Amino acid sequence: MKNILEVKNLCMSYSTIEGEVEAVKDVSFSVKEGESFGIVGESGCGKTSVAMSLLQLQADNGKITNGQILFDGKNIVQLNESELRSIRWSGISMVFQGAMNSWNPVVKIGEQIREAIREHYPDKSKDENTNKILELFNIVGLDSSVIDRYPHELSGGMKQRAVIALALSCDPKLIIADEPTTALDVVIQDQILNEIRKVQEVLGLSLIYISHDIAVIAEMTDNMAVMYAGSIVERGPTKEIFSNPRHSYTKSLLESTPSIVGDKVKLKSLDGEPPSLINKEPGCSFAPRCPYKEESCNPLREMELIEINNEHYVDACNAGKL
Amino acid sequence: MKNNLLEVRNLEKYFEVSSGIFSRNKSIVKAVDGISFDIPFGSSLGLVGQSGCGKTTTARALSLLDPKTSGTVNFYNEETSSMQSIDELEGEELRKFRRNIQMIFQDPYESLNPRWNIKDIILEPLNIHNIGNLKDREEAVYEILKTVGLTPPENYMPRYPHELSGGQRQRVSIARTLIMKPKFVVCDEPTSMLDVSIRISIMDLMLNLAKDLEVSYLYITHDLAVARYMCDRIAVMFNGKIVEIAETEELLSNPIHPYTKRLISSIPIPDPSYKRERYELDFSELDNIIANNSDELPMAEVKSGHYVATHDVKGIL
Amino acid sequence: MDKQKDIAKSIRRASIKKNWAMFKQSKLGMIGIYIVGFFLFLSLLQPFLFVTGIWNKGIYDPVVGYSEQFQDFLVVDCPKEYPTEKYKSRTDCPARNEINIRTLFYSDAQVGETIYQNLQPAPPSKKHILGTDPLGRDVFSQIMEGSQVAFILGLLSATLGVGISTLLGTIAAFYGGRVDAYLMRQSDLILMLPTLPLLFIISAFSELKVWHLAVVLGTIGGLGGSVITIKSQALQVKVKPFVDSARITGGSRMNILFSHVLPNVAPLALLFMVFSVTGAIASESVLSFLGLLNIDMSWGLMIYLAQVEGYIFSGMKFWWLILPAGLSVTFLAGGFYLVGRGLDEVFNPRLRKR
Repeated sequence: MKNILEVKNLCMSYSTIEGEVEAVKDVSFSVKEGESFGIVGESGCGKTSVAMSLLQLQADNGKITNGQILFDGKNIVQLNESELRSIRWSGISMVFQGAMNSWNPVVKIGEQIREAIREHYPDKSKDENTNKILELFNIVGLDSSVIDRYPHELSGGMKQRAVIALALSCDPKLIIADEPTTALDVVIQDQILNEIRKVQEVLGLSLIYISHDIAVIAEMTDNMAVMYAGSIVERGPTKEIFSNPRHSYTKSLLESTPSIVGDKVKLKSLDGEPPSLINKEPGCSFAPRCPYKEESCNPLREMELIEINNEHYVDACNAGKL
Repeated sequence: MKNNLLEVRNLEKYFEVSSGIFSRNKSIVKAVDGISFDIPFGSSLGLVGQSGCGKTTTARALSLLDPKTSGTVNFYNEETSSMQSIDELEGEELRKFRRNIQMIFQDPYESLNPRWNIKDIILEPLNIHNIGNLKDREEAVYEILKTVGLTPPENYMPRYPHELSGGQRQRVSIARTLIMKPKFVVCDEPTSMLDVSIRISIMDLMLNLAKDLEVSYLYITHDLAVARYMCDRIAVMFNGKIVEIAETEELLSNPIHPYTKRLISSIPIPDPSYKRERYELDFSELDNIIANNSDELPMAEVKSGHYVATHDVKGIL
Repeated sequence: MDKQKDIAKSIRRASIKKNWAMFKQSKLGMIGIYIVGFFLFLSLLQPFLFVTGIWNKGIYDPVVGYSEQFQDFLVVDCPKEYPTEKYKSRTDCPARNEINIRTLFYSDAQVGETIYQNLQPAPPSKKHILGTDPLGRDVFSQIMEGSQVAFILGLLSATLGVGISTLLGTIAAFYGGRVDAYLMRQSDLILMLPTLPLLFIISAFSELKVWHLAVVLGTIGGLGGSVITIKSQALQVKVKPFVDSARITGGSRMNILFSHVLPNVAPLALLFMVFSVTGAIASESVLSFLGLLNIDMSWGLMIYLAQVEGYIFSGMKFWWLILPAGLSVTFLAGGFYLVGRGLDEVFNPRLRKR
């Protein structure tokens, strides 16, 4: 199957008064058509920055300093604003963190979605658009009356479903979902995740799912990447990574996640904090906290992903370890 | 046989809400609608529920922040060796009593005064209750900073909250809470805003301190997995009432109330090969229990220590 | 424990540096700081010049100094109607080196003669950078004196006003109920009062000196609208978890009010203070201009004198009597406002550009 998105050596940094913050360093991954790709990491690891750079929606002081983003074979890094606008929403669309709270409170939901459709398909009639929206609502499990409702009349779960409908409104090929279910109740989260899976199957969409919750990534994704301090430390098929985690950070992540099934085990946690990304020193950023350090550990060595198994990549340092 | 530290019976907290033009219509929101539970000494109870179920309101009522509407809350009084209702405490007695109850908040960024340095923040409880002299107090702060893992303490005492990370701030909160050696600490989701890799260290710290100081926790969370890690018993709250309460492993392996079952089945499992069973709402077991509940008890005991609520939930689930 | 003190000092230094760096980012704030700094320099310059003897007090004192500049004047008789071939309009007669015979009271000179007279007010020259006023006093010295007055008045009234409003606002937020209701009604009442007419009335009853005015302005400002804003800020602080934490620990209400709520309201209060200096300076100049204040020297007074002596309508002929004073008021008041804008960006993270 063809790759719908290929990211090669993406680097992005923000300039702040305190120095250069290298938020994304040398990130490479690819997403096939119809595939669901997960990016997991903690706060500050760069996963949201990666998402924003894919659509060049990063803050004004952020800049892509290196790398290529190939969408459907075409490099979109160098595109100007108007070319990017034609890709946004109709090629790649995004469900932002906290999106359900960014509905305009004085405009009806249906009208806000119509606005998005009009941007990309200005020739369609109002009826065609309405029908399209009703179709989308059907897929995400919303009642058709929602089209004429205001955001404050909807519950959190309904608003989030509407956000997904909005992301689907211009028939994108790839959706990026950044923590779409934080702040939602666990039962609603389950329903929304179901809807997303259903949508993917029905429309043949590719999905990039970003979260700090490793359990959700386990259930929602075919392939995944683990990010730390701006770089990918391990990447591969989800099942493979969970059954055979190789990077120390991945292992620590799995060992510190409590679960309600299985025996009650004593969990292990990591000491220290993620490093500051301001004027970062070169070398392995996880070394200070690595609980699996061996004598061969060389903290000054730069990270380098090598393949150890079928499609399973991990930093060279951990590749040799068991 | 452990004494009970805390006994709650029929705790209710209602809010009046006025709506309509000129606030004409007043309606009552029953945030907490009659809950009862016990917490023995040195044991912890998890209060699990989704947002809006009343768990934070319960926390605030039990920590004496907001007054309850009705119900009895009895704490064990060491001087009289008997349970005493908090309604009887006033003025100076109440102030002394407050030494025994503390609360750890969810937001590490808003629970420390940004204008105070760490030393003063942890000193405050000692100052308010006039414990020891200044030198003793500073030493106590020094020691507790070591205990919670913020070493060397001299580096942390003059700093301000905004210079610390979220995890470090929660440690300061824990230090401040436990410096008075309270018997009862209400924890309002203290790790939900922290990074996953740090959560366990904070939770382990709290568990160790609970053992060393014989503290009982009321641990409030929406995350059942965290409640499992931290608590001996779990109470599931829904719509202002407790629907099920039991020992942790019993609740997870043998849930009875449809709400509990639905909650458990919705939680994602960090294992891609695990097949999660979707739960279809089925009231037959609950109906059975209600039918056998001839004494009209609000909570029926289905097993030793395992209680299920008997009120009608069919319309609202 | 010494190590602690060292660490505390270095932390304070680092945070001051950081705040300064943030402030520097705001262009408006920096412009404001330069302006305010310039006037501060002026107010300090004058006593310096006197003390070191560079300036002779007899000549340069802004109130009682006297400087003579004699020169030859041609006596003319200004016509009744304009324009004529010599003069384009009324303001052109008499010209710089001429004098109108109608203004000569103590001389027998006739039209066409030259007389040796004192030039008052004198235009800017090497001796007097901004010239002299109708009474022979150095204008530049007056500007510097006015600068001192503006600073003292502004800062005094602002501090007083902010002190009052912070206290009242915090008390209103904290105690609620009837106390709050009363303070809000009082605030509304004062907001309603027109400040300037009120000041006119007060000046009719009592003699207003600089610090009288400062107290009056401070009190009126302090009891007015800022109480409401500070109260809303205090309400926001009141519900923060650290206040709850202090309550649970057993802190008394007074204790919590002063040690927790007040310090967190202070940044907003500081902001108000800077903005209210603007109002104070402006009020003073208006009152002086109307002659209602009993001040020896201030910018408003300079313009008042110019107007009373009729120089205001002379257009640009006697610009040094009006422009420096007027511009000073505008710039200093504006400068403080800009500093306030810059401070706002430091305190309010949402306004920061990064």
